[in-house]
Amino acid sequence: VSVPTTALRAGRDPYHLGHDVPAGIVPEYTGHGGGGPAPKRIVVGYGFWLFILSDVVMFSSFFATYAVLIDARAGGPGPHDLFDLNTTAIETAFLLLSSFTCGLASMAVGQRSLFWTEIALLVTGLLGVAFLAIEFSEFARLIARDAGPTRSAFLSAFFTLVGCHGAHVSVGLLWLGTMMAQFWAKGYRQNIRHRFLCFTLFWHALDIIWIGIFSGVYIIGVIIA
Amino acid sequence: MSSDPTSSGPTSPERILPEEAFNAGSRVGGDHVPGEVPPELAENTLRTELRSYIIGLALSIALTAASFLSIGSHLIYGPSIVMAVVVFGLAQVGIHLIFFLHLTTSPDNTNNALALAFGFLIVCMIVFGSIWIMYNMKHNVMAAVRADDVAGLSAEIIVALSPALRLTELT
Repeated sequence: VSVPTTALRAGRDPYHLGHDVPAGIVPEYTGHGGGGPAPKRIVVGYGFWLFILSDVVMFSSFFATYAVLIDARAGGPGPHDLFDLNTTAIETAFLLLSSFTCGLASMAVGQRSLFWTEIALLVTGLLGVAFLAIEFSEFARLIARDAGPTRSAFLSAFFTLVGCHGAHVSVGLLWLGTMMAQFWAKGYRQNIRHRFLCFTLFWHALDIIWIGIFSGVYIIGVIIA
Repeated sequence: MSSDPTSSGPTSPERILPEEAFNAGSRVGGDHVPGEVPPELAENTLRTELRSYIIGLALSIALTAASFLSIGSHLIYGPSIVMAVVVFGLAQVGIHLIFFLHLTTSPDNTNNALALAFGFLIVCMIVFGSIWIMYNMKHNVMAAVRADDVAGLSAEIIVALSPALRLTELT
């Protein structure tokens, strides 16, 4: 049987929908275990993708809590009195740019360029630190004017949701520093690149969560309440 | 990306060791992980990847600006601004998934897309289900409080009329 095996290779049409597979040729069925166990890169990346999705589900319950409790203010201040949307816009810009430079870092890792990897990760980290600094100063401003998490159910929900995101960014920054050190000390080893793949997923996911926060918590909060 | 597919004996342990084993999966099973470049784009990775990130950044900036500017805008019908912000946000999530996480609809991505679809289902159930139920409950509880007021009023009337009632009872 002289059939070009490239036509049966995965990538374009691994299921060969509508085509007969010639006898004697075993197609590589994607995701069906046909080619044996998946490589570790796939297993690691897919497992971390599932973790991220479960993390998003956890955040969604905090979003639901905030949406339900937005009017439960116990006579205290509401979103319109507390939120400064200019600050939120600056935070958004920092986090979005850090997501972009994180992508540039993964390009540099693909090119095995240690210099550009470290530079891109450093810029990503500095943008993350700037984001956190603004967020903490906003928290401090709210607590100073007696609008801390104990003031009302609305503020409890706000601090839980936004604080949980801030905690994720803090952990992400620790992870980022670890990745910089490991690329520096250990080079582009397979397991280090697996870790870095998971880190980029984590960092992009944090930016996706932040989209929900700046639109749902800040903008819609100011509009409806 | 250029590992020889004929040598893909996935059970032999020495395949884990060489450097190209990292990319072996893109041709062995054809599966794809979110966050990395799809193998069909691997020919000119640097340019296509950079273009992907720049397009994603530009679209994200545009959608974020649209969200923030829609607050005081008169271009959008006032009561629908909230829905517009929701739509801008969802669109931006899609932009991030496509251009930053390189998620596609190709068969290589079936597992990732299915997991994402399930996560999206759960998120929608939790968020919109909570808002729906709690809004209805608030509505009904308020109605019950009003009904209680009416009942309290009628109870006062009964108390006021009780001497008369007792009279009728005695006779």
